[in-house]
Amino acid sequence: MKEYFSRFAVPDNGEPMIIASQILIVIVSLGIIVGLTYFKKWKYLWNEWLTTVDHKRIGIMYILSALLMLFRGGVDALLMRAQTSMPENGLLDAQHYNEIFTTHGVIMILFMAMPFIIGLMNVVIPLQIGARDVAFPRLNALSFWLFFFGAMLFNISFVIGGSPDAGWTAYFPLASTEFSESVGMNYYAIAIQIAGIGTLMTGINFIVTILKMRAPGMTLMKMPMFTWSILITNIIIVFAFPVLTVALALMTMDRLFGTQFFTMSNGGMDMLWANLFWVWGHPEVYIVILPAFGIYSEIISTFAKRNLYGYKSMVFSMVAISALSFLVWAHHFYTMGHGAMVNGIFSITTMAIAVPTGVKMFNWLLTLYKGKIEFKTPMLWAMAFIPIFLIGGVTGVMLAMASADYQYHNTMFLVAHFHYVLIPGTVFAVLAGFTYWWPKIFGFSLSEKIGKWSFWFIAISFNVTFFPMFITGLNGQARRMYTYSESTGFGPLNFISFIGALGLAVGFVLIVYNIYWSTRYAPRHVTEDPWDARSLEWATHSPVPAYNFAVTPVVESTQAFWDAKEKGTQLFRGKYEPIHMPSNSGLPFIMGVLFFFFGFCMVFGMWIPSIIFGLAIFACMMYRSFEHDPGYHISVEEIKETEKKYGVNSHENQLA
Amino acid sequence: MKKIWVLLGLAAIMLPTLSGCQLKVLDPKGPVAETQAGVIKLSMIVMAFIVLTVVGLYLFMLYKYRASKVGADYKPPHIEGSRVLETIWITIPILIVIFLSIVTVKSTSEVEATPKGYEDQDPLIIYAASSNWKWHFSYPEQNIETVNYVNIPTNRPIEFKLYSYGPITSFWIPQLGGQKYAMSDMVNTLHLLADTPGSYLGRNSNFNGAGFAEMEFETQAMSQKDFDKWVKDVHHTAEKLTEPTFNELLKDGHLGRKTYTGTHLTFRPAPEMHHMKKMDGHQKATEGQHHHE
Repeated sequence: MKEYFSRFAVPDNGEPMIIASQILIVIVSLGIIVGLTYFKKWKYLWNEWLTTVDHKRIGIMYILSALLMLFRGGVDALLMRAQTSMPENGLLDAQHYNEIFTTHGVIMILFMAMPFIIGLMNVVIPLQIGARDVAFPRLNALSFWLFFFGAMLFNISFVIGGSPDAGWTAYFPLASTEFSESVGMNYYAIAIQIAGIGTLMTGINFIVTILKMRAPGMTLMKMPMFTWSILITNIIIVFAFPVLTVALALMTMDRLFGTQFFTMSNGGMDMLWANLFWVWGHPEVYIVILPAFGIYSEIISTFAKRNLYGYKSMVFSMVAISALSFLVWAHHFYTMGHGAMVNGIFSITTMAIAVPTGVKMFNWLLTLYKGKIEFKTPMLWAMAFIPIFLIGGVTGVMLAMASADYQYHNTMFLVAHFHYVLIPGTVFAVLAGFTYWWPKIFGFSLSEKIGKWSFWFIAISFNVTFFPMFITGLNGQARRMYTYSESTGFGPLNFISFIGALGLAVGFVLIVYNIYWSTRYAPRHVTEDPWDARSLEWATHSPVPAYNFAVTPVVESTQAFWDAKEKGTQLFRGKYEPIHMPSNSGLPFIMGVLFFFFGFCMVFGMWIPSIIFGLAIFACMMYRSFEHDPGYHISVEEIKETEKKYGVNSHENQLA
Repeated sequence: MKKIWVLLGLAAIMLPTLSGCQLKVLDPKGPVAETQAGVIKLSMIVMAFIVLTVVGLYLFMLYKYRASKVGADYKPPHIEGSRVLETIWITIPILIVIFLSIVTVKSTSEVEATPKGYEDQDPLIIYAASSNWKWHFSYPEQNIETVNYVNIPTNRPIEFKLYSYGPITSFWIPQLGGQKYAMSDMVNTLHLLADTPGSYLGRNSNFNGAGFAEMEFETQAMSQKDFDKWVKDVHHTAEKLTEPTFNELLKDGHLGRKTYTGTHLTFRPAPEMHHMKKMDGHQKATEGQHHHE
């Protein structure tokens, strides 16, 4: 019996941090259960959140989970910077450090950046295209629960069985059972797989939503830029994620069933993994960057009080970026030895991406031209993005040059580069979008004052943290080293990085405090349009009613709502009619739970329970196939009732 | 606004460090690293030009068109775009990319071959294999094997033949040139050359497990005369590397420096042709399969 359970122990058990987390998880879980029971909130939780298929609520749950994961990934980052702040520091040992940079990478990319973006697209896209929900609301709920339970499965590795420790890139043969014996890499393969299936479903869902459910009159070239960016992003998802699915499946078979796809013997090929990983991995970068470009386009245009400059070239440059994103993967391993010819070609395709990206940069700058720029918090993020991302971009071109990359590869220079791209690109963007769309979701704004404080903390500390890494990289500091000797001279600059990391932590605490403070004290305004914005989501009430729009809007330009305000175009034509809505379902949540246990049993090679849970998942799918779900209708009376609450007495009033 | 000054201040603090050329990558001790440092410096200049242009434009826009400056009743116009401007900012970046592409392709083929001016010399071939967190260096010509240090003659092209007895590692001596992977299923060739005698730190830069951080070695570049003397000394003093000894060496995690006569290549050849044979079933010429062209 004891032997059976010993498999769940973390290999280096006794580590105080792990024991503390184990205890904390039990306490927090108990606290949640007791709290929910005490306040009699179980029913509310089940009816309003766990079974919801409403895109807005699913979006909120995505964003909440992403914030939670930002905290986890952030703590990892702080520990890393603390450990390397001084030469020969003893805060963490090598094993612990290796686990932490592995989980930091996986969590920040897959369980923070992606869900944050998917959360924002869930909330905003149906509103922005004048739709009532996404094309497949129940699939959407399933996507969320697969992501959520995938993320949870990945996170429990810290306290049960041991964290993955082969880097977020999981290069073979290091990630094989031969060199990574603990179940950590099993967690990696299976948890990401589960979440990845959810993402793939999101991809399909949003392509269909955007192509089929736009308001009348909204042709493709009249879509807001954020919608465009999301359409292209989801097309990339649908092309790139299957590669990850296959790669992870092969990895799972290598680790669990003794196949030899990537191993050292019997014809296994480690280079194949690196190729498959980056064939997905590089487009993945654009999956998290393109939506950011969309968010900035909305925000810059709103706060410069100008229409977006060069709309068409913005669209074409995104299409070009998405195509090129599939043609550059080998630049992640120029040093693998594929010769000058192959490296030359990949250098050129990589540098070519700078051209459409530059087009976007200039279009944003020209959107400011003759504008009337207001520095509200979302705009501050967007304005910090431009110069910082520029540094990330130009160092990217430097890295693209193969001969020079032989010197940058695997160093802190590279680490500095991709943080200079991903943080202003993605993190600033989701924080900007979060602040920008918050009043739409909740009906009140976040505090500008606290928002600006958190902005300055993060924008300045970011540079303090990551700029020194360019220099230590050029001085020969390799990435992923848990320590270094004093004679290397890396000490002082690493210490500056650590100070910056502390500043970043303060900034993120301020963001959380802002949510708390504003929820309690911010004035409740219900204006539908607090920022004087341009696209359709601002034409409906804040917070948005379940049906989004009482009457489907009609669109005539790229900035339909602005035209309605400025030129008096009528957005809402026609009368209230009963609205068909999808009904809630517990099935996606149940399937998520089943996937979690299925995954957990797979991680530990417990085959019989795995098969049982696998069959249960299959049974859910069967049940869904035979289920008759006609949805329900919101009657005209109910719509009138709801609209009255927002102060619209009759439909006619709203037209004026 | 404030942030810009902070950034400029930071740059001002850090620039002297950069220009002082204390940084290993920008302090080359051989032609390969010199080519690379040249490319890096050139690209930095081009990038500085781009950054200054864009940041200049950015500051201008922020200064000129902020709400407090343009007045309360100002109404921004509707501007679709401009074909002329768009052509300019597509053409100039394309020209820059073409220029950098030429530089890249040229310099990449340069560093992937014997350094210019040294082609008449026979390169010294050294096999560098990683196992766990140490490096084995075999000199077939001199019939010597070392662990965790490598001695090389100056002004003679060196060809490191890289492979691994485990996870992928990356062989890197920053002051002599860029890195290349060592893998278990093929041999990579790294061309390096030292033109100044001295001791240069080398390391594995590719994460390969628990002992990664300490996986370093010393490269001693010395005159041909000193090198020959060292070879002679080794043959007098060092014991012979046998297969059992080598198998023991492979098992260790970290290890100090070791010196042997003989190489492990005789009983444990490098995976040179291994891969190609499997793939196309025929043997290629005597050189390793990494010469693609």
